[in-house]
Amino acid sequence: MQQLTEIRWHARAGQGAVTAAKLVAETALELDQYMQAMPEYGPERMGAPIQAFTRISSTPIEIHNNIEHPDVVVVLDESLLSIVDVVRGLKDDGAVIVNTCTPAADVRVRLGRATGRVACVDASGISLDKLKRDMPNTPMIGALAKVTGLFELNAVCDHLSKTFGKKFAQEVIDANIASVRSAYEEVSIDG
Amino acid sequence: MATQKTVSTTGNIVVADAMRQCRPDVMAAYPITPQTTIVEEFAAYVAQGRVHTEYITVESEHSAMSACIGASAAGARVMTATSSQGLALMWEELHIASGMRLPIIMANANRALSAPINIHCDHSDAMGARDAGWVMLFAETAQEAYDNTIMATRIGENPDVLLPVMSCLDGFITTHSIDRIDVLDDDTVAGFVGEYVPQNALLDIDQPVTHGAFSGLGGPFFEFKRAQRDAIERSREVIKSVAAEYSELSGRPFGAIETWGMEDAEVAIVVIGSTAGNTRHVARQLRAQGVKAGVVKVRVFRPFPYAELAATLSGVKAVAVMDRAESFGAEGGPLFLEVRSALYDAETRVPIVGYIYGLGGSDVRLDLIERVYADLSDIAAGTAQPGGLVYLGAR
Repeated sequence: MQQLTEIRWHARAGQGAVTAAKLVAETALELDQYMQAMPEYGPERMGAPIQAFTRISSTPIEIHNNIEHPDVVVVLDESLLSIVDVVRGLKDDGAVIVNTCTPAADVRVRLGRATGRVACVDASGISLDKLKRDMPNTPMIGALAKVTGLFELNAVCDHLSKTFGKKFAQEVIDANIASVRSAYEEVSIDG
Repeated sequence: MATQKTVSTTGNIVVADAMRQCRPDVMAAYPITPQTTIVEEFAAYVAQGRVHTEYITVESEHSAMSACIGASAAGARVMTATSSQGLALMWEELHIASGMRLPIIMANANRALSAPINIHCDHSDAMGARDAGWVMLFAETAQEAYDNTIMATRIGENPDVLLPVMSCLDGFITTHSIDRIDVLDDDTVAGFVGEYVPQNALLDIDQPVTHGAFSGLGGPFFEFKRAQRDAIERSREVIKSVAAEYSELSGRPFGAIETWGMEDAEVAIVVIGSTAGNTRHVARQLRAQGVKAGVVKVRVFRPFPYAELAATLSGVKAVAVMDRAESFGAEGGPLFLEVRSALYDAETRVPIVGYIYGLGGSDVRLDLIERVYADLSDIAAGTAQPGGLVYLGAR
């Protein structure tokens, strides 16, 4: 793992991006990494575009400023592509992961990304199939694990069972874990 | 060292947890962004029976601090939390708490004061209360906010001190970010803070006392104030001994100032709160390029560590002081004024520049800190003179 990885999450409020940012940070902590996770602090309105951030590092993280040049951008809602510059500041060799049915090569063109990796997965479809509702956050963590190699798929699943075990029924936990696994398998990566 | 558990949580939640571990008898609080999750979480602990605290809900911060004063005078261990306008609304009670020598522990989530309205981080709220007679601690990280809360309890309640303590953490940046934090177990903290033995409890009917009575012309008012000054001066040594004891338990040292690279620094930045981390990060990079950069973080603002600052800054060629608060009409922010005062007695006159930064949550980008060090390097090399106050990064 490189020393510091900075992830920016784009979503609409209510899609679970803040939870995802937190789950990824907690998974990293279980692997004895240092981490930060923070929402963008503004008014909360369901459906409004929001951002969240995760930092992961093998050494203590001293910086507290906003993430301007992320290594990875995760987009939970395809409709944001036309209203938010989701790749703003993304490093040239960085990766963008989008919840969409559109092929990754087409999304690359749409985003105008000449370099780096573009990855796509139908996280909403997976969620509707497994959870019977559109909650793309946990499948996108599976895709993130595959694209970045930040952590093993099993590390995510173990953490999910542990943390969701306190709040949700077993079938909900199983469905979430199945979503994570499906997204990990199905994500297509261009570049 | 005591056993500790590594957790992932926010600054606010871990401050609420530290307060629970200190087992206050009374908490009176009113929610305000970005402090709210401290008092919400603490209220949940009370509801769950995880702490046996009388939780008093009030209709304003004015009442919150008033209730804290009443409870503390009665002989209780008392805690609260606030932020920004809430702290401002407590203004008159802040002075009453310190004047009555009540060791109330208060977390303050640093936030700008209106107008224009703003909910984000700066230090205007706490700096506005700097002459209120409270011991004031500042945290860089959620870890420090946790540690400071526990130490604050011992410092304030020490019979040589008996003063309220404000434990500040940066709004949103520290209060709301999830971070990696090591926490002590409940018994260890309970043992460390001990039972609170009030000195002049109103409820001690065997030794009846009056608190905060009228002291007009010819009364002992003037002498009371000198006693407060003596008490906050004594707190310097108490802070050191509490910190030494806490560091044994936690493995985390605490000093009124904490320095990085100051052994041979030629250019140094003095800073408070979360920006100290960003500054150290930049200083580390500059060191790799051969710049002798240093960082001085101030963790105790009251009593102010004049001697420590004068000693660490005496050998440098240029100093920048970064203030996240204004003191309009003064030559710089509150920290600048103190640091310059600390250097007055130094043998050599070190060039010093004041920077106002990050007001209302304005982002403290690393390139801004690089710019400050670049300015200092020019002054150190003699190619520039220190000018007036700089509004760092203002458009």
